[in-house]
Amino acid sequence: MTTLADPAIAPRRKGSTDFIQKIAIGIAILLFALALLAPWIVPFAPLDQSLLSRLRPPLGFERFAAGHYAGTDELGRDVLSRSLYGMRLTLALAFAGALIGLLIGGTLGLVAGLRRGWVEDGIMALVDMQIAIPFTLVALLILSLLGSNLTVLVLVLGIAGWEQYARIVRAEVRRLSALPFIEAAWTAGAGPVYIACRHVLPNLISPLVVQFTLALSNIVILESTLSFLGLGVQPPQPSLGSMVGLGRDYMPTAPWIVLVPAALIVALTFSVQIMGDWLRDRADVRLRDR
Amino acid sequence: MIPYLIRVAVKSVVTLFAIATITFIATRLSGNPINTFLGDGLTEEGRAELIRYFQLDGSLWQQYLAFMRGAVSGEFGLSFVDRRPVTEVVGDRLWASGQLLLASVAFTLLVAIPLGILGAIFRKSWIGSAVMMVAFAGYAVPSFILAIVMVLVFSYWLNWLPVVGNGSFAHFIMPTIAMSGVLIAALTRFTRNAMLDVLGQDFIRTARAKGLSEARVVLRHGLGNAGVTVISVIGLQVAGLAAAGSVVVESIFSWPGIGQLLVNAALVRDYPVLQFGVITVAVAVVAINAITDVSYALADPRIRLARS
Repeated sequence: MTTLADPAIAPRRKGSTDFIQKIAIGIAILLFALALLAPWIVPFAPLDQSLLSRLRPPLGFERFAAGHYAGTDELGRDVLSRSLYGMRLTLALAFAGALIGLLIGGTLGLVAGLRRGWVEDGIMALVDMQIAIPFTLVALLILSLLGSNLTVLVLVLGIAGWEQYARIVRAEVRRLSALPFIEAAWTAGAGPVYIACRHVLPNLISPLVVQFTLALSNIVILESTLSFLGLGVQPPQPSLGSMVGLGRDYMPTAPWIVLVPAALIVALTFSVQIMGDWLRDRADVRLRDR
Repeated sequence: MIPYLIRVAVKSVVTLFAIATITFIATRLSGNPINTFLGDGLTEEGRAELIRYFQLDGSLWQQYLAFMRGAVSGEFGLSFVDRRPVTEVVGDRLWASGQLLLASVAFTLLVAIPLGILGAIFRKSWIGSAVMMVAFAGYAVPSFILAIVMVLVFSYWLNWLPVVGNGSFAHFIMPTIAMSGVLIAALTRFTRNAMLDVLGQDFIRTARAKGLSEARVVLRHGLGNAGVTVISVIGLQVAGLAAAGSVVVESIFSWPGIGQLLVNAALVRDYPVLQFGVITVAVAVVAINAITDVSYALADPRIRLARS
């Protein structure tokens, strides 16, 4: 029990955690590669139906249909091919959404950090509001009103997480502005734009990379949730979330239709989050997770 | 204390105002407000009445004022599907959602606080690592997947639990767990970190030096102080997460609550219901946040006793 009295809480570093992290990063890279290469490696086209081999189970079960390693769905479409295409779309949406969030939040955070006074107060009030609003509900409202096409979806996913970037950037900018080298730049006559681009932005890269990675995983969850509910990616285009949602009806007899995309979603969110934590440890950013 | 309460009240009102405005803008983005707000199947007079009340043929500014006037007097229009005031449609479902929310929060507290304490005390052993893995998994597994996999295993394969409805205790088990997953993750992490911060401080060493039992040190002095931080998370994070979770979980388990209502309304484009539902949930979230802020202040003597 003496350990409790340790005054400093040192970050935990352990051999076993490192091992898990390495595996997770390997999985993340593998999944990214599969998504990227999907059009060239999938055995079947994702929308190709084959009514003669419907609801066939994966490799190793009875009634397995040759070539359909993860089985087929109710229309005889290949579950593996659809899942990889779905993951491709999910990841593309996640990257685009995280980038939009980065641009909006990063800019606002930079402005809030550099310009004090009412500008900062206004931006931080927006941040507080975004935190207080249950965003999934606003997403439901917007997607239902504007109809769910990919453009609207990407924008919704982008707006979902901007406030995290804004908070981080503002805090970092404020911390940096108090440091001697920035003051020296001001004294030397550098303008605000020069200081922002030359001295502040380079120091923001590592916290932003960390936040971007964590945002990727959050957006994957939001996108698959919305698609699962039928409000995200629309059929017949496959997405991991909508495959789980639509496959639900066949779950008692053909659980692989649901389990394969579900497993990919979990593998994706798990590995990307571990990667984010790893980057955070490495960057040694003072982001105590909240 | 009084200035603090005023600040909380102002913040809540401003947030609500902003949310009402956002829903207004969202409902007007799609073009014709008369189509968005009225739908088919109304009588001529009913139609004219609603157009007049909400100024749907007026300028955007007039519409906004009419919307706000309606919001203040509790008038939000009729559901396309039910042809009843949306306030009734949503009101009918409050209790079911409330029950599930209470069950989930209770379950979360029961699991997460002991886990967080264990994680802090045993942070260097495998118990601590296991606790962190649980917290991590809660974040990484989306609630719909947790729910679907539970349905597959416990309902379809083992035939233990019912899938649809909210009639009995057994009906609560899976929805409560599915709702709680991410909440447990958030609260466990927080409790652990708050406990670590507190347990490293001088007064804990003093408490030990006084010869207090370890249980008393950890629970009374440790949790007593970490509790303040923990309360703030329960309100701030849990309210938002639970609102999102209820949408998913209620529609999977056909739970007759607001979450399910909202998803259905979104799918059939019953905008008045959707609009009022979003506002209702927002009010609930803001109210929980305000209660959190106040109880935070009450728990912390530095705020409770402060004079302006």
